[in-house]
Amino acid sequence: MSRVHDMGGRFGDGAVTPGDDATFAEDWHARALAVTLAAGALGQWNIDSSRHARELLAPKDYSRFSYYEKWMAALADLLVERGVVSREELAAGHGTGRSELAGRALQADKVAGVLSGGSPYVREDAEAARFRVGDRVTTRRPARNALVDGGHTRLPSYAAGATGTIVLCHGGHVFPDSNGHYLGEAAQPLYAVAFAARDLWGEGAEGDEVVLDLWQSYLEPA
Amino acid sequence: MPHDHSDHDHPHALLPPEPALRVKALETILTEKGLIDPAALDEIIDTYQNKIGPQNGARVVAKMWSDPAFRAAMLSDPMPLLEEMGFYGRQGEHMVIVENTPEVHNVVVCTLCSCYPWPLLGIPPGWYKSDAYRSRVVREPRKVLAEFGLDLPEGKSVRVWDSTAEIRYLVVPERPEGTEGMSEEELVALVTRDSMIGTGLAQEPGA
Repeated sequence: MSRVHDMGGRFGDGAVTPGDDATFAEDWHARALAVTLAAGALGQWNIDSSRHARELLAPKDYSRFSYYEKWMAALADLLVERGVVSREELAAGHGTGRSELAGRALQADKVAGVLSGGSPYVREDAEAARFRVGDRVTTRRPARNALVDGGHTRLPSYAAGATGTIVLCHGGHVFPDSNGHYLGEAAQPLYAVAFAARDLWGEGAEGDEVVLDLWQSYLEPA
Repeated sequence: MPHDHSDHDHPHALLPPEPALRVKALETILTEKGLIDPAALDEIIDTYQNKIGPQNGARVVAKMWSDPAFRAAMLSDPMPLLEEMGFYGRQGEHMVIVENTPEVHNVVVCTLCSCYPWPLLGIPPGWYKSDAYRSRVVREPRKVLAEFGLDLPEGKSVRVWDSTAEIRYLVVPERPEGTEGMSEEELVALVTRDSMIGTGLAQEPGA
């Protein structure tokens, strides 16, 4: 029931290519990043729903698209889904008429402030923390969104049903499984949970660990 | 339970297939609708092409190596100090600094997408976003590190941090031997981008 982006632990991808390390290998990569950030500044979606838009690409598209092609495809889908651009405009390659959101367009002199301003995800109104550093916890299995069938979640499949130890408490954070579907921020305590590599993969050196940031509702006391 | 309807509807197929033309079409449509300012795009690109990059993270690491009080503060509560240094911003709102030691080597990945500490390291390199790195480094980190030329000694543990939330991780590499007399400025030059992701070590002096 996982989606194609959830690839941690997958076999068959071959060697990593450290030489592929340019900031922008092509001019259009830079343009794709900039268009995506500028469109995001219109405030019609959030970081979780934009990630989910990439995850909703058909597996065959996700696999064949390069990184920024995924961004462009997801941006086009988001623009139509949120009613910012019409299917006709996409097909024509031209916009018809000024948008009522035009007043929100990111202007050049505001870019530095927006990028350095950030967008914090910590919330004070999260539910009370159930766990403390050192507690043993077991993750939900299967890894799924409990609010929306097939919806966005940040629990990778490879860590579903695994038992680990809380190593950091990050405080209350916006909950992607809800926020990604515009169902509210629904902040929950977020924890860094360390899993022994052997518990995840059945092999691995003694002492090797994988640490994931996981929201409280993904976890039960072990 | 509501179903995710967008599964059946992919408007992106209406765009031209060639990637550069896709970007151009979106930029044209959004500009014509008054939704983006092409000058703002140039400004965003200039920021990440020329202003924000691993040189920021290298300054943090060199200062941690040089200043024990700064190091201690960075490990316990880094955000006020990072803000002071001007290294706060998008994709770096919640930093956690993890230190390599003789016992533990840290390495960072985002298996689900491409999360990366932009204000400290800039835009991630292609390999960081590749399927091979995302899928393999959690399962066989030692083999992946070897592909970067980094062979970890047996007995040193590996801790892989999968960035599944809005916390961003920066690795502080071990300070190389023979650098005792070096100034903070000299140390900055030894701190590579990969050493702050965990796929490399800091450079040896004179290397």
